[in-house]
Amino acid sequence: MRFVDEFREPELISKTAEEIRRLAGTERHYCIMEVCGGHTHAIYRFGLKDILPENIELIHGPGCPVCVLPMGRIDDGLAIAQQPEVIFAAFGDMMRVPGTQGSPLEHKARGMDVRIVYSPSDALRLARVNPGKQVMFFAIGFETTAPSTALTMMRAKAEGIRNFSVFCNHVMVIPAIRAILESPDMRLDAFIGPGHVSTVIGCRPYEWIAQNEHKPIVVSGFEPLDLLQSIVMLLRQLRNGEAKVENQYKRVVAWEGNPAALRAMAEVFQVRPYFEWRGMGSIPQSALCVNDKYGEWDAEQRFAVPGIRVTDPKGAQCGEVLKGALKPHQCKLFGRECTPERPVGALMVSSEGSCAAYHNYEHRKAAMVTSLSAIA
Amino acid sequence: MCLAIPGKIVEISSDNKDAALVDIAGVRRKIDLTLLQDDKPLPGDWVLIHVGFAMSKISEQDALDQMHTLQSLGESEAAIQEVSGLSADDAPPGGLA
Repeated sequence: MRFVDEFREPELISKTAEEIRRLAGTERHYCIMEVCGGHTHAIYRFGLKDILPENIELIHGPGCPVCVLPMGRIDDGLAIAQQPEVIFAAFGDMMRVPGTQGSPLEHKARGMDVRIVYSPSDALRLARVNPGKQVMFFAIGFETTAPSTALTMMRAKAEGIRNFSVFCNHVMVIPAIRAILESPDMRLDAFIGPGHVSTVIGCRPYEWIAQNEHKPIVVSGFEPLDLLQSIVMLLRQLRNGEAKVENQYKRVVAWEGNPAALRAMAEVFQVRPYFEWRGMGSIPQSALCVNDKYGEWDAEQRFAVPGIRVTDPKGAQCGEVLKGALKPHQCKLFGRECTPERPVGALMVSSEGSCAAYHNYEHRKAAMVTSLSAIA
Repeated sequence: MCLAIPGKIVEISSDNKDAALVDIAGVRRKIDLTLLQDDKPLPGDWVLIHVGFAMSKISEQDALDQMHTLQSLGESEAAIQEVSGLSADDAPPGGLA
């Protein structure tokens, strides 16, 4: 079967799964949150839940930037683009995310100048070649993409490109974890730490989770074996009563992160006092905005921004799913009104959203169980 | 956007040391090296690329592993589309085109 072939090291996978079973025992239940949407995608894609014993529950975290962006910010960005001579530039991930009056793609169909870019520097290039237009880059992402936005703004300033601006929606992973740990229905035992965010911020920012909250956290890679090894590392800590930060993804993530990326972010951004997260409410000091030095390239200062606040679509339970209180299929709209083809909530838009991942891979589950039972 | 794409440095731009031509699964594109200024990659080195910017140096084996991960996740086409979309038309004069 194709699926089994995709595990390159079936024996190692099998051994690691055995070790997980041994460490997990049967006497207690473990709740482990993978913070990163890329991990969520991988966990569903590889059917890892079917390899894990029943007493290990994986909770999907808030680490999908498209999913946590409140609808009001999309409306705000589109409102800016309604103004004359504005080009709306965004990553492809944003194009199908619904605003109250439709997605950027639907606005494009109605005549808005909407462009997909693959890099913030592509948006800057659009500004260079369209001097009579205002190019607004709709910036999203955690610390993985924020440094690239920062460098692009530094370049715009250095080159004096004044018809370029950034509508900044960059968010930070640490305040999101803090909000989850402070939530009253929190029942997590440990965290699988994000891989690529940690390339930028390193491992040190997670130390308070271990020291103050006594929760183990392991920064993990994206291969099935990476994720299973990270779970082994977490279980060892939990069984020994330890709580520390460990780095399973050493081949990519340096303990100190990427200093040049951190410098670029510090040069251009400052922390917002509050930012609204979809499903999680307003979280203090959880997002970045452009500082005064770069105010001229800040879309929120250049344009009139309505500051729209929108509640989640009626019936959609994105918030509960995002916090792990509900499984995707337990949402009233899942698979009926809300599908990857016609998403209502943001968790269904991105392939890293837990609802889309669940929807895309659940129908394959029966086949996966059959094939995995041979190696697990 | 969130998953990193591995690429091999083919050439560093002669007049902009922060720009490089990379080979990503046979597609050649210009990327930005500014974020690796503390540990500059050389031609032949492998890097992980996020939205057109190299974020970390990695081994060849890790690069192949990452490409395999993208393929397994069904993301390799999107990744190639992403790098194909990184146009090279703003290369500085005399630089990479």
